[in-house]
Amino acid sequence: MPVAASAIYFLNLRGDVLINRLYRDDVGGNMVDAFRMHIMQTKELGTCPVRQIGGCSFFYMRISNVYIVIVVSSNANVACAFKFVVEAVALFKSYFGGAFDEDAIRNNFVLIYELLDEIMDFGYPQNLSPEILKLYITQEGVRSPFSSKPSDKPVPNATLQVTGAVGWRREGLVYKKNEVFLDIVESVNLLMSSKGSVLRCDVTGKILMKCFLSGMPDLKLGLNDKIGLEKESQLKSRPAKSGKTIELDDVTFHQCVNLTRFNSEKTVSFVPPDGEFELMKYRITEGVNLPFRVLPTIKELGRTRMEVNVKVKSVFGAKMFALGVVIKIPVPKQTAKTSFQVTSGRAKYNAATDCLIWKIRKFPGQTEPTMSAEVELISTMAEKKSWTRPPIQMEFQVPMFTASGLRVRFLKVWEKSGYNTVEWVRYITKAGSYEIRC
Amino acid sequence: MSGHDSKYFSTTKKGEIPELKEELNSQYKDKRKDAVKKVIAAMTVGKDVSSLFTDVVNCMQTENLELKKLVYLYLINYAKSQPDLAILAVNTFVKDSQDPNPLIRALAVRTMGCIRVDKITEYLCDPLQRCLKDDDPYVRKTASICVAKLYDINAELVEDRGFLESLKDLISDNNPMVVANAVAALSEIQENSSRPIFEVTSHTLSKLLTALNECTEWGQVFILDALSKYKAADAREAESIVERVTPRLQHANCAVVLSAVKMILQQMELITSTDVVRNLCKKMAPPLVTLLSAEPEIQYVALRNINLIVQRRPTILAHEIKVFFCKYNDPIYVKMEKLEIMIKLASDRNIDQVLLEFKEYATEVDVDFVRKAVRAIGRCAIKLERAAERCISVLLELIKIKVNYVVQEAIIVIKDIFRRYPNTYESIIATLCESLDTLDEPEAKASMIWIIGEYAERIDNADELLESFLESFPEEPAQVQLQLLTATVKLFLKKPTEGPQQMIQVVLNNATVETDNPDLRDRAYIYWRLLSTDPEAAKDVVLAEKPVISDDSNQLDPSLLDELLANIATLSSVYHKPPDSFVTRVKTTPQRSEEEDYPDGSEAGYSESSAHAPDSGASPPTSSSSVPYASPKHPAATQVSPPPSAPAPDLLGDLIGLDNAIVPVDQPVEPAGPPLPVLLPASTGQGLQISAHLARKDGQIFYSMLFENNSQIPLDGFMIQFNKNSFGLAPAGPLQVPQLQPGTSARTLLPMVLFQNMAPGPPNSLLQVAVKNNQQPVWYFSDKISLLVLFSEDGKMERASFLEAWKSLPDSNEVSKEFPGITVNSLEGILDRLAASKVFFIAKRKHANQEVLYLSAQVPRGITFLIELTMVAGAPGVKCAIKTPSPEMAPLFFEAIETLLREKDDSEVHRVQTRIHELL
Repeated sequence: MPVAASAIYFLNLRGDVLINRLYRDDVGGNMVDAFRMHIMQTKELGTCPVRQIGGCSFFYMRISNVYIVIVVSSNANVACAFKFVVEAVALFKSYFGGAFDEDAIRNNFVLIYELLDEIMDFGYPQNLSPEILKLYITQEGVRSPFSSKPSDKPVPNATLQVTGAVGWRREGLVYKKNEVFLDIVESVNLLMSSKGSVLRCDVTGKILMKCFLSGMPDLKLGLNDKIGLEKESQLKSRPAKSGKTIELDDVTFHQCVNLTRFNSEKTVSFVPPDGEFELMKYRITEGVNLPFRVLPTIKELGRTRMEVNVKVKSVFGAKMFALGVVIKIPVPKQTAKTSFQVTSGRAKYNAATDCLIWKIRKFPGQTEPTMSAEVELISTMAEKKSWTRPPIQMEFQVPMFTASGLRVRFLKVWEKSGYNTVEWVRYITKAGSYEIRC
Repeated sequence: MSGHDSKYFSTTKKGEIPELKEELNSQYKDKRKDAVKKVIAAMTVGKDVSSLFTDVVNCMQTENLELKKLVYLYLINYAKSQPDLAILAVNTFVKDSQDPNPLIRALAVRTMGCIRVDKITEYLCDPLQRCLKDDDPYVRKTASICVAKLYDINAELVEDRGFLESLKDLISDNNPMVVANAVAALSEIQENSSRPIFEVTSHTLSKLLTALNECTEWGQVFILDALSKYKAADAREAESIVERVTPRLQHANCAVVLSAVKMILQQMELITSTDVVRNLCKKMAPPLVTLLSAEPEIQYVALRNINLIVQRRPTILAHEIKVFFCKYNDPIYVKMEKLEIMIKLASDRNIDQVLLEFKEYATEVDVDFVRKAVRAIGRCAIKLERAAERCISVLLELIKIKVNYVVQEAIIVIKDIFRRYPNTYESIIATLCESLDTLDEPEAKASMIWIIGEYAERIDNADELLESFLESFPEEPAQVQLQLLTATVKLFLKKPTEGPQQMIQVVLNNATVETDNPDLRDRAYIYWRLLSTDPEAAKDVVLAEKPVISDDSNQLDPSLLDELLANIATLSSVYHKPPDSFVTRVKTTPQRSEEEDYPDGSEAGYSESSAHAPDSGASPPTSSSSVPYASPKHPAATQVSPPPSAPAPDLLGDLIGLDNAIVPVDQPVEPAGPPLPVLLPASTGQGLQISAHLARKDGQIFYSMLFENNSQIPLDGFMIQFNKNSFGLAPAGPLQVPQLQPGTSARTLLPMVLFQNMAPGPPNSLLQVAVKNNQQPVWYFSDKISLLVLFSEDGKMERASFLEAWKSLPDSNEVSKEFPGITVNSLEGILDRLAASKVFFIAKRKHANQEVLYLSAQVPRGITFLIELTMVAGAPGVKCAIKTPSPEMAPLFFEAIETLLREKDDSEVHRVQTRIHELL
């Protein structure tokens, strides 16, 4: 049964109900007490997001200072339930401008009730596209398509669009200037052993799109991925152009992309939603260009002193630079005093996280700044267990660089009115979980 | 553009309700709207604002859609508590359902379906009928779901008004969202019905696969889940289905991906071409890996499912082990699941890398995770013979770190490694012995002692080592005591010198005289006798070669795995338990003669239903069968394998009489007997439906079973097995069920014996049953054991012996329970009922206006219950106090007595039983 929820609760960290909606009769209204008693007030919190208490099962997620709890008593579709919560939160955020927390819920409770009524019926998720819902559920109250008042802008056939095959775009959009913005955002995930060998490395990328296009345009996106290029050259029966091609391990698409067509022709074609959305996600494990190499040496000198030397090498083009580089080097809890020497940026000791934090605001390519630190420790007899070194973690952003080498080859826009569009493409690579064991 | 609704919460003044009342009746629209918002705010924080019902409903007739929605929301919450007033809203609902605005029409129908008040339900039918045929797809998609809501409230009404047919028509609707919702509604109705209502045919299949392309993401989930139950006719059809489903693997919605994976895996079972299968495995891997970059909660669901998938198709992720390496910041529940999968994927090819990872994890902070990592190393050693040595050297390195719990965990797994590879790695024992004095956990201690005992001849100071444990023998936990006992005996047999001889005396003395643990005592006596009568035989027994253990990391039973794989993405796949084991919902089995209306499970309409009229004595209790039960080709189970004590009951008369005898409360007069509860619905049993109930007749316990074959194939070769249970119930003979042609059914009485396979632990009523046949996988279902079938004639007592027994039992053996909901109208009636169920009357006295009854009952093994019932005739509330030598049986007893005390309202008894079932 694809039922996702019998009831949904939004609780604050103390366990007070902020808002709730019962969709089905098979769970009691007081089930949230069971959640409070058996999960929130015990050590269980955070040990497992799916729990059975009595005849009911609870799925919960924490988002900022709110717990979202779904209760069911049947063999519900858990994947569906969690995805529903994720999408619902995204929807709420888009309605009340970014933040989703306890205050936002209290301040918009009427709206949230309305949305909860609309996006799920009897436990079955319905249309959750913000674009479409905003047609007839608004902050200022509901606009009615058949309102007699002239002040209300009529929304023709809102209902057809909710249920339509293109359930994510409304008709009749007009822009003076037709523009498309493409952002290719990549996160590099790295796990490197202390000896410098790569244990795991992959790139998860997404293509974010901002569309300001009139009418019902058909878009087609071309990338320099291997399969797409091969298929293309096959169809046009001419050999593929040489040049760097990359192999995508997996791609997933926004619901606007025609999957059957992708499967047969390997082209990404779609009618985009209006405004901002995530067109696709991809993953690459082969041929990843790591933007940074980290070379740590950590020496424990006796019981009370440590010497930390870290060299970070940027291996992207000399003309490019990384922004917001932060390197976190864990040190033992009993750290008393630290002193630093850096060739670039600033370093300090953060006692709350037991880390040395080295920040470099602007980090040019092909350079290798170093940091050396002396750490003095309080000697404690109680600390018999040797210090287990957590990995060094790194944060960064490198604009105009893709760790995968992915490039947009073309973006074609067809609309029956035949207007011209301006396309903008940006690339950025960020650190995902970039860990170096030491 | 944030709202400012929080102001509505700040009305905590005194006299709030009257104030709100006034505002609700204000002549100003805005004021009324604000007042309703305040009411909703109060409702949200849990205040009772039901007294404002009339005032709020008066605001319902409004042009303002926002206000209307708020009033509707209020109605959904409070209509149940004010059913008479709720009727006031009906007119507006009906009017709204004809509004020109489709949003309002849909809203009216959606809300009406949520109000579970009978009177309103009646009025819902006409609007619903209209809305199912509405021009606007938004209204139709809302109405489709509303049919499922109505079915949940009143299944009969839905069938009578032909809503099911309208719903089926909507599967061919031109709007994909309407199709998806209709499919969701039909699937749910099917799940809750015992009749076939919605079965996917090859025609609907292709229609739905086409709709898949145009649906919303959620609609795709509904459709894929419904289609995953479809059984393709042959490999070719399966391949063509899979081809149309695989594009879904690229969807961004994890629920769509998992549902697609479920469907592909189902169809793959039919595909014979190894190339196609290999290709599909290759296609499924990347999407599964991608799920691991989602939110941690979704990762968890994905990992639990991947765990199942790799058990069936290990090749899918064989090359992807790296993606399961734990990140430092992964939540603990994700790490634990990743570890489990890493063990499953570990192979000779990747073991070096995996071991490095495990070693890394073993130095992390979280103790549970560290332990699991150490255990994982051991499991890999057991699984991969060629890597065992490397695993052991990693374990030894970890032991050298001397972190207490790591050492203990390592010793536990090394014991298992010794059992897997006997006489191979004993050289490390010396290292292990160094950590002897740091062990404080029972399992680690027991493991170490086992090692010392097993290899006593190679450890020079084995006797000293064991002796150091012996001093604290009486304080040790049972697990350690048992190992100490065995190890000492082994030591003695291997080195029969003076030291061990003295030790064995001490141990045997401790384990027989000084203990109250029966397991320990029994084991000690056995050793003692063996040693004193025939030491050589003792050697043969105690030092016998042990069977080599194997790896348990693929632990799920294949048929359970099948069931779980059919439930991918659902709770069942996360818990790794079949749905029946945690879903307690009762099927809405139609109470009226519907089953006879559709004798073959088809919708043939009314047929010779008069032949099965309830008052015709020959009709079997619940028969959806067109084959009369008394047909000679059905041999009775009991005739073939007569139970040891009871005479074989004859077929029909006894069967029906039997039902009367065991549950007289349920059905004292009805000759047809109550229908047996459905334990395996046809929807889960691939068309096979099993109903069963424990019954007692002439001192013998029977399992009364009804098999109905609603599938397309004949079924034969039925066999049955019962899991260990608290009363050791087991079949006295084989199950006798003839071949079942499609559309037929068979009843049987399976004689049962007690105390055959006892489950340890406190008594509970769970009876787990497995039934198999030659055509289908093994079906598992569970039933409950009621003490009612166990009460025996021996429970009769004299007054004097009752008093004596009562006095002899300590007060701590007295347990009591109140049944506030039960009213006893006639004492005689209740006594008759009780006596018929072998609960015997002893005496009665009056205390003020209360009646106090004393009764006794007994279950096998001579466990008596001395019962005191206190009640006021005609007034609700019965108190039951019992004294018994086995107070742990009290909950089961109370459950049984409650069933007996209940008035004979069949449905109510059923409900109570279900509730009790939930509590258990």
